[in-house]
Amino acid sequence: MNDVFQLSVIAGILTSAIRLATPYLYAAIGETFSQRSGVVNLGVDGIMLIGAYASFYIVLITGNIWLGLLAAIIAGLLMGLLMSLISVTLKAEQGISGIGLYMFGLGLSSLLFKTTIGTVKTVTGFQSVKIPLLGDIPVVGKIFFDHSLLVYGAFLLIPLAWWVLEKTTWGLQIKSVGQNPAAADSLGVNVDRMRYTSVCIGAILAGIAGASLSISLLNLFQENLTAGQGFIAVALVYFGNWKPQGILWGALLFSTVNAFQLWMQVLGVKIPSDIAIMLPYVLTIAALAVATNRVRQPAALNKPFERGES
Amino acid sequence: MASGASTKEKQQIKRVEMCNIIKYFPGVLANDRVCFDINQGEVHALLGENGAGKSTLMRQLYGLYRPDEGEILINSKPYTFNSPADAIEAGIGMIHQHFMLIPTFTVAENVALGLKSSREPVLDLDKVSARIRKLSQLYGLNVDPSAYLWQLSVGEQQRVEIIKALYRGASLIILDEPTAVLTPQEVNDLFVTLKRMVKDGHTLIFISHKLHEVMEISSRVTVLRDGRIIGTCPTAEITRNELVKMMVGREVHPLSPQPLKSGPVRLEIRNLQVMGDRGTEALRGVDFEIHSGEIVGLAGVSGNGQRELAECLAGVRKTTQGEILLDNEDITSLPLKRRVDIGLAYIPEERMRDGAIRDFSVQENVFLHDHSSTKYTHGIFLDFSRMRAFANELVNKFNVKTPSLDTPIKNLSGGNIQKLIMARELSRQPKVLIAAQPTRGVDIGATEYIHQRLLQQREEGTAILLISEDLDEIRVLSDRIAVLYEGRIMGVVERNEATVEQIGLMMAGISMAETMQRTS
Repeated sequence: MNDVFQLSVIAGILTSAIRLATPYLYAAIGETFSQRSGVVNLGVDGIMLIGAYASFYIVLITGNIWLGLLAAIIAGLLMGLLMSLISVTLKAEQGISGIGLYMFGLGLSSLLFKTTIGTVKTVTGFQSVKIPLLGDIPVVGKIFFDHSLLVYGAFLLIPLAWWVLEKTTWGLQIKSVGQNPAAADSLGVNVDRMRYTSVCIGAILAGIAGASLSISLLNLFQENLTAGQGFIAVALVYFGNWKPQGILWGALLFSTVNAFQLWMQVLGVKIPSDIAIMLPYVLTIAALAVATNRVRQPAALNKPFERGES
Repeated sequence: MASGASTKEKQQIKRVEMCNIIKYFPGVLANDRVCFDINQGEVHALLGENGAGKSTLMRQLYGLYRPDEGEILINSKPYTFNSPADAIEAGIGMIHQHFMLIPTFTVAENVALGLKSSREPVLDLDKVSARIRKLSQLYGLNVDPSAYLWQLSVGEQQRVEIIKALYRGASLIILDEPTAVLTPQEVNDLFVTLKRMVKDGHTLIFISHKLHEVMEISSRVTVLRDGRIIGTCPTAEITRNELVKMMVGREVHPLSPQPLKSGPVRLEIRNLQVMGDRGTEALRGVDFEIHSGEIVGLAGVSGNGQRELAECLAGVRKTTQGEILLDNEDITSLPLKRRVDIGLAYIPEERMRDGAIRDFSVQENVFLHDHSSTKYTHGIFLDFSRMRAFANELVNKFNVKTPSLDTPIKNLSGGNIQKLIMARELSRQPKVLIAAQPTRGVDIGATEYIHQRLLQQREEGTAILLISEDLDEIRVLSDRIAVLYEGRIMGVVERNEATVEQIGLMMAGISMAETMQRTS
């Protein structure tokens, strides 16, 4: 047990935590855009799986990681358009269509995996890039400044998303259609277009979240690779109160607990592994139960918009 | 015209014509060959009962609906509006009856929404705020650009709506029932602003069903009824009574209730204390009683505890101290259902929130209380044929205008919804009736009808508490008038015992003794 408290172990846990936060950050920031515009997309996990598969397969056959990333973006976009069509144009119940989208993503990615790849293989994905100078700082450098580009990207996304939502005309429009679409409509904001764009941004980021698993963190693909991480990302949006900075803390808390339990298993601490794996999920439930007291969700969340209904 | 960097210079609207406009909704012909015109500098009042088609007509001018037939000409050029964006572009603004504002945004954000920023893609709220301040000053529209909307009073929110239209350079502004939500003082302020706007070259369309406002503000008036134009004429050339007749389609006679010998005490309230929503004291010891066959009017500026009193009597709000007696039986701790069973009826202030279920049909709304009564059930099943017969009877008896019993209640006009709620509550022959703002937002015809029903119920021996912000209504109907101020009764006076001025003083918190002293 003493091993756990050695500096090297703590540094190891923190390094893993930063890495593991990556898919949560992409997916949860994406979901934030979607929900801020009024659309709950529960299909995030399915989109992640499609994104993970598409990028992995492209890297497997071409060896080009950038083409792989592009594949994840395109796959995410297509899934986003599908979700928008169902929930914005056809005005279907969002919770149900999201779950449908998840099942579709899960099934399709498994099917494609079996028919095109077959067995678990590995690829060479995004490699760690040590940032000059900062990366050479003892301990801290290793924890923060020696990761793959997709990891850096996830953390840079936080201020970027904040800036878009809080400081731009476009962000104001996204928030307005999530709060009061009738008001936005009366000022000439195209509600459907805003929702399409927001859902698609969310889906593209979910696709990248999948790619961050299959061609950066794990460099492999298997059935149900995400194991529900997309759902945790949705929970993080609530936990983070629909704010990028809130999501950052939620994702880090979550990934730290996850890294901790992984390291405990590696170090052979005598805790049944099933219990250890449960830890992050128990934490989600606890965090959500506490967080619900202070949440301010978009007023028009989950409500399709039709002009003239007041 | 004051047009800033963020809006293009817009054309000045000299004349708008709407010609032969036809608009259908499922089952309703909302506008039937309507012709309407307005010239620059005019205040044109659009008068009509609820459901006459005023808002529908104006929503077509603002691009929210497209006319099924007919055309819109601006400065003699035909226009087709596919969305409000097109109407805004043409220089038209609209202040909706239900404000189109976003509570979590600041004033400046609400104004900037949908406009290009001067520093695209970045918002430039400082610049927006500066222009809001300028407009505020120009037209007497005092608001703080950095305040959040949810912090503002209804009157302030309306000012934001007007600023939104002015900011977009609108030269023609449509105001849909702008005074419905305002206090008398706020109405005066609004009229000052509107007059300044007209002086500045703006053109206004003023939708209302309040005659004295129409007479005060408008230069021309058009009356709509059942989707058709009844007539247009200069306001100066027509009288109030003629307008009423045009609106309602018949003469409306003022009520003059006969004094009744009231019976025994039915409802008695002793030292009632109640908490408000924010945990502050809403009622600080209220005492009064209502006799059988008596209407007690509760006057007061809204927010002085009226809503809490009504809710407390109805049984949906907890009493912290005091007693409520109905026919000498203590009902203070009885749940709502039991109170209803022993003869209490309640017409809530927020009829769509507390009085009806929007998406339920007319028939279903009739049975919100009585769905479990053995009269309408067979064991665990509902007896639909009997329910239907009864709902039908009520709808006919109370003149509720509805396409069918299966129509969702949200599709009915405010007046008809209120008539239905009233029908439901009165059908049980209540001993005590709490009527909170029974005619707010209700048209003249329905108001007249509701008043008659209240008086009829009084004759049948019901004790009625009438809570209203409309002092005229209270003075006409009530046998006695109680004035509520900051959770206390300032005084109770007999009808005709106090002047409007005296009641007004008590509403402002002056005690009854002092009021009488000052005014005698």
